[in-house]
Amino acid sequence: MLKQTEGSYATAEAIALCRPEVVCAYPITPQTHIVEGLGEMVRSGDLKNCEFINVESEFAALSVAIGASAAGARAYTATASQGLLFMAEAVYNAAGLGLPIVMTLGNRAIGAPINIWNDHSDAMSMRDAGWLQLFAESNQDSIDLHIQAFRLAEELSMPVMVCVDGFILTHAVERVDMPDQADVDAFLPPYEPVQVLDPANPISIGAMVGPDAFTEVRFLQHYKETLALRLIPEFAAEFKTRFGRDTGGLLRTYRADDAEMLVVAMGSINGTIKDTIDEMRADGFSIGLVTIVSFRPFPTAALRALLAGRKHVVVIEKSFAVGMGGQLANNVDLALRNTPAAPQVHSVVAGLGGRSITRASLHRVFRRALAQSWEGAHFLDLNEDIIGKELHHVRKVRRSGPTAENLLRRLEQAAQSPAVE
Amino acid sequence: MFQIRIHGRGGQGVVTAAAVLSIAAFLEDKHAQAFPSFGSERMGAPVVSFCRIDTKEIRLREPIVVPDALIVQDVTLFKAVDVFQGLKDTGYLLVNTNQSFGDLHLDAVVAKLPAGHAVTVPATELALKHIGRPVPNAALLGAFAALTGMVRLDSVAKAIREEFPGKIGDANIAAATEAHDAVAARIRTAA
Repeated sequence: MLKQTEGSYATAEAIALCRPEVVCAYPITPQTHIVEGLGEMVRSGDLKNCEFINVESEFAALSVAIGASAAGARAYTATASQGLLFMAEAVYNAAGLGLPIVMTLGNRAIGAPINIWNDHSDAMSMRDAGWLQLFAESNQDSIDLHIQAFRLAEELSMPVMVCVDGFILTHAVERVDMPDQADVDAFLPPYEPVQVLDPANPISIGAMVGPDAFTEVRFLQHYKETLALRLIPEFAAEFKTRFGRDTGGLLRTYRADDAEMLVVAMGSINGTIKDTIDEMRADGFSIGLVTIVSFRPFPTAALRALLAGRKHVVVIEKSFAVGMGGQLANNVDLALRNTPAAPQVHSVVAGLGGRSITRASLHRVFRRALAQSWEGAHFLDLNEDIIGKELHHVRKVRRSGPTAENLLRRLEQAAQSPAVE
Repeated sequence: MFQIRIHGRGGQGVVTAAAVLSIAAFLEDKHAQAFPSFGSERMGAPVVSFCRIDTKEIRLREPIVVPDALIVQDVTLFKAVDVFQGLKDTGYLLVNTNQSFGDLHLDAVVAKLPAGHAVTVPATELALKHIGRPVPNAALLGAFAALTGMVRLDSVAKAIREEFPGKIGDANIAAATEAHDAVAARIRTAA
């Protein structure tokens, strides 16, 4: 059914259609309206056979989900930013134990400096924890990926994180096509655990494993995640048959067939990039897009097949590893390792801490990639003026003070005395 | 694509106004996207929200920098922020006030816009009359429907009903209707 609704509530409704049996959440910033919506549905009786557990922290939220999942319940939680960091130990445990929990991450930056806005730093902090990570481009995508996430999680007995851009998607009111309960039930059968704490057949879950088998347990975890490379496209195809919408599987393309330059990106920025590509195509540029849906597992082979033979690849991402560069760009580089005549990879870091990514800036950076390459990461719309002043200040003064406060003061000064152009 | 930017202060329902407007457009089978300017919104602080309306899917996620229409919920904002930034020469301007554009020293701004594209409406007074609280957004959306024709009054009323069921919804619809009719009458007189 078509409806106009806020991203968080649309996602909450999709989660409810998946019939979770335990939803646990710590309802304080950073959090979205998703668990609030689910809490209301449990209370009103619209979501039956589901226990909503209000916990005392994010660490407890995921720990309760782990317990519930081990006891055979379909378990769900949601978090963002610092909340994800606070549950970090449990994030690794859920994956190591192979428990099929689904968690929404309403992507936000991580402090310090304190910042509540959107970027992908939180998702990247847990990219190696052993969860599948799927990135939504729109709120429709969020609905569709969450439904597939439960199926994937339970088929593989692995946890899945669905990344939905905080504010940009979670707080946007837009049109979604909400699936029917009967279709979701047909796509997602009741949870049949591969391991369960059952008093009738007692087992233990969570053994201590020494050097004799730790590598093998890890190897099987990695092997299962590589199975997802096959399952994700399979389930996406089945989803398309039933619901009529193509989520793309591991990745999807836009005007890519003949493109000499391919942009690679994840999440909500893909929409703005598509509009920019249409404008550049109209100007005669040979440019297309690859949207990464599954960041973990990373679609190395599929991506290599797409990128090989192109002249330029521009990776746009909302996070970076300090001292190293963009994580997505590094992964794209890896996908192209040992490829003959590999395309030139241009790395762009954009939208950090909620900075808007505009078509104007994208036009500039795509044209620049064609004209003159650069080393490492290019920071889109970097305010070089205040950086130059701050670096000069730091060189001259030993007790130069806190960077964040210094930059804010410089911005304020610049606003009060606009530069003469 | 038609792009609307709404300026107000925290607590005036700026975000809700954009959401309700997007629902009204949706009810007319259009695509619409409403989103707030994200921040730690405090009561009384300047707040901005956005709404895009189109006949096809809206993919763009950048803030609205070149609006087709501006809705200003609070006249004290003219001194605090650059409300008119990017407003198109063909744009619309709707201001909540019981004063005239001349009283607000905005004649020069209005003169740049096509005739009949700028109106004032005493939305807060209408809200106090019908709802009993100074929440101007329903009245402004009614006035917006009359000013731009981008949505119909009955769609605005249905959208208000979705967001605010019961008596509060009725009161908001009454405010929207009176504002709509006042603006429609003014535009007819001017034409």
